[in-house]
Amino acid sequence: MITAREEKLNYLTADYGVKSWLLTVDHKRIALLYLATITLFFFLGGAFAVLIRLELLTPAGDLVQSQTYNKLFTMHGVIMVFFFLIPAVPAVLGNFLVPLMIGARDLAFPRLNLASWYIFVIGGTLSILAAILGGVDTGWTFYTPYSSTYSNTYVMITAVGIFITGFASILTGLNFIVTIHRMRAPGLTWFRMPLFIWANYAASLIMVLGTPVVAVTILLVGVERAFGLCIFNPNCGGDPVLFQHLFWFYSHPAVYIMILPTMGVISELVAACTRKQIFGYKLVAMASVAIAVLGFLVWGHHLFVSGQSVYAGLVFSFLSYAVGIPSAVKVFNWTATLYKGANTYQTPMLYAFGFIGLFTIGGLTGLMLAATGLDVHVHDTYFVVAHFHYIMVGGAIMGYLGGMHFWWPKMTGRMYPELPAKLSALVIFVGFNLTFFPQFLLGYLGMPRRYHAYPEEFQVLNVMSTAGASVLAFGYALPMFYFVWSLRYGQRVGNNPWGAKGLEWLTSSPPPTHNFDVTPIVTEPAYAYAAEEGAEIVHT
Amino acid sequence: MSTPSAEHPGHPAALLHHFDTAEQQKDASTLGMWLFLITEIMFFGGMFTAYVAGRFRFHEAFKEASNTLDVTLGAINTTVLICSSLTMALAVHAAQVGKKKQIVWFLLATILLGCTFLGVKVVEYHDKFVHHHVPGLHFHFPGPNARNAEMFFSIYFGMTGLHALHMVVGVGLLAVLAVRAGKGWFTPDYYTPVEMTGLYWHFVDIVWIFLFPLLYLLGAHFAITGH
Ligand SMILES: [Cu+2]
Repeated sequence: MITAREEKLNYLTADYGVKSWLLTVDHKRIALLYLATITLFFFLGGAFAVLIRLELLTPAGDLVQSQTYNKLFTMHGVIMVFFFLIPAVPAVLGNFLVPLMIGARDLAFPRLNLASWYIFVIGGTLSILAAILGGVDTGWTFYTPYSSTYSNTYVMITAVGIFITGFASILTGLNFIVTIHRMRAPGLTWFRMPLFIWANYAASLIMVLGTPVVAVTILLVGVERAFGLCIFNPNCGGDPVLFQHLFWFYSHPAVYIMILPTMGVISELVAACTRKQIFGYKLVAMASVAIAVLGFLVWGHHLFVSGQSVYAGLVFSFLSYAVGIPSAVKVFNWTATLYKGANTYQTPMLYAFGFIGLFTIGGLTGLMLAATGLDVHVHDTYFVVAHFHYIMVGGAIMGYLGGMHFWWPKMTGRMYPELPAKLSALVIFVGFNLTFFPQFLLGYLGMPRRYHAYPEEFQVLNVMSTAGASVLAFGYALPMFYFVWSLRYGQRVGNNPWGAKGLEWLTSSPPPTHNFDVTPIVTEPAYAYAAEEGAEIVHT
Repeated sequence: MSTPSAEHPGHPAALLHHFDTAEQQKDASTLGMWLFLITEIMFFGGMFTAYVAGRFRFHEAFKEASNTLDVTLGAINTTVLICSSLTMALAVHAAQVGKKKQIVWFLLATILLGCTFLGVKVVEYHDKFVHHHVPGLHFHFPGPNARNAEMFFSIYFGMTGLHALHMVVGVGLLAVLAVRAGKGWFTPDYYTPVEMTGLYWHFVDIVWIFLFPLLYLLGAHFAITGH
């Protein structure tokens, strides 16, 4: 009745002005606020990476001093991990899509959602402030007692920034869990939910259960630094290894906060591009939860050389192998879905292919690192650096960009230009491998991480890596240009440009403020492509 | 069909636009609160882990340091908090059955008990200052275990300090509730804030129920009688 007037409006045009954005409680607008913020952080963190790679062009430490270099890799890590990767998929794509995909009008706590963005911005500002004042040099891992006692850089401000930002993550996770439990559209049972929702649910469990632990750990580092309390400093009877346990209890699962929602994105992309139900849907859904649960039990693989008992090492090694099983389940099931699908190869699918390949390499080298014997050899070398960049950059960012391309028409109502987009996927894939594959070799040959100078025999591989980084930087810059270009010149799209299944494609692009004019009723499982096209697939 | 009450956006009892029913809205709040309490458990969990690690590694030092705590004051505070949980539960009950005046009185009683707890805590902290048991430059502890005793006191101040901070927040929340209850905001149909704050208050109490034996009692004073 009252909707006749509103039908022309969507969430972007419903209201104008800075205030309407800064005080919005619309999950879609908050997603865009997050998008703008984390994009800024991505390029800031990237700038630090550029300087790191430039320094490593030559064996001598000539571009920056070792102290400056320490600050560069620390701030690269801090910004990329806490202010880009962790919020990337959940806070942008998750915020935008979770209510849409389950047929809800908003997240359960819209004001809390906005508050989480403000908390994020405050934490981020503090971290940038620390960088401007002079930076931090502890490494993003803040190992004690160096961070709590000896470092005379701006540890305190950065720690407070990360502590505060943690609550943004907690609130997002809490909001998602309540929303997924209580706000699903009629008929949307748990096993009819899109796998993106399952993946975000699993990641939210980690955000809610893990983040408080790192928050209190950083708090303890802070009070030890500020008030001379004695928890981690062995000089006054504290226990520095305790810090490593507490830190990795969160920071290993934190990788799954990055990768699980990305895996959800890949499931959506694979289903839409093959026009098939994801092979073994229930198993893939359960694999997300299994990764979240098992992920909490493997932190000790970061302490194989930290004086942890051999027996604990064996258990952690075994459990780290175990977490490979649900991850492999996902890769196998995507591959099985691709088999004999009605595959199309548009940009999102190219990114998905990139994800699957790079994640597999990252995962398999992770298993190598989980082997206690091999880990002693390559611990703290570039092998580790290459491994986690394959997961966090090759995996998480590839999937994030794939998702951005896939849902860009839903977010903006316009299509990105296909040709430069395909080019960007290709350039990023090539640039990424050129950057990080040499680092596997460097690490295996024994080049330690976190030094600004190295023996001359490592130069060839380092030059390759730096060359790759410049290709990669070009690849990341491309989407910036054509996404912005498409806002004005992109082709307008209808509700469902991909012909995909999922409630988000039922509403208009961009969606109205309250998402659906009529609450949808779900009568079929997720990805029910076969119902329409089954006959066709059987014949071909 | 649901009728979104957008015309009363400011009223607390109003059904927010994105919920279908009041029941759904209340369910969401309750689940959200429980999840928040779980994050709190994990938050304190980090410190409990530090405590357990220290207790195992520096057993003797922790025992000696624990000896210096005042069990009587701790016990008084435990009793005070248990009583405050009772008055809080009674406040929630009063809200449920719609006895508006009783809500205010029980909330005020809870605030009073909470402040009593904090007062006793101030006395205890003062005592630590006097005896140089505050970690830092002026820390002093007799005997060979001084270093690890400092870790005990660090954990003591960390945990009880964080707990006290939660108490202060709780008292603040109760004060807001008491004012709103005085204005008659809460009815048997709408008392979610009272119930949620109650959950929070009980949680903070339960944390103390764990802190008291771990810090004050465990292995300390019983060991002394054995000597
Ligand atoms: Cu790990």
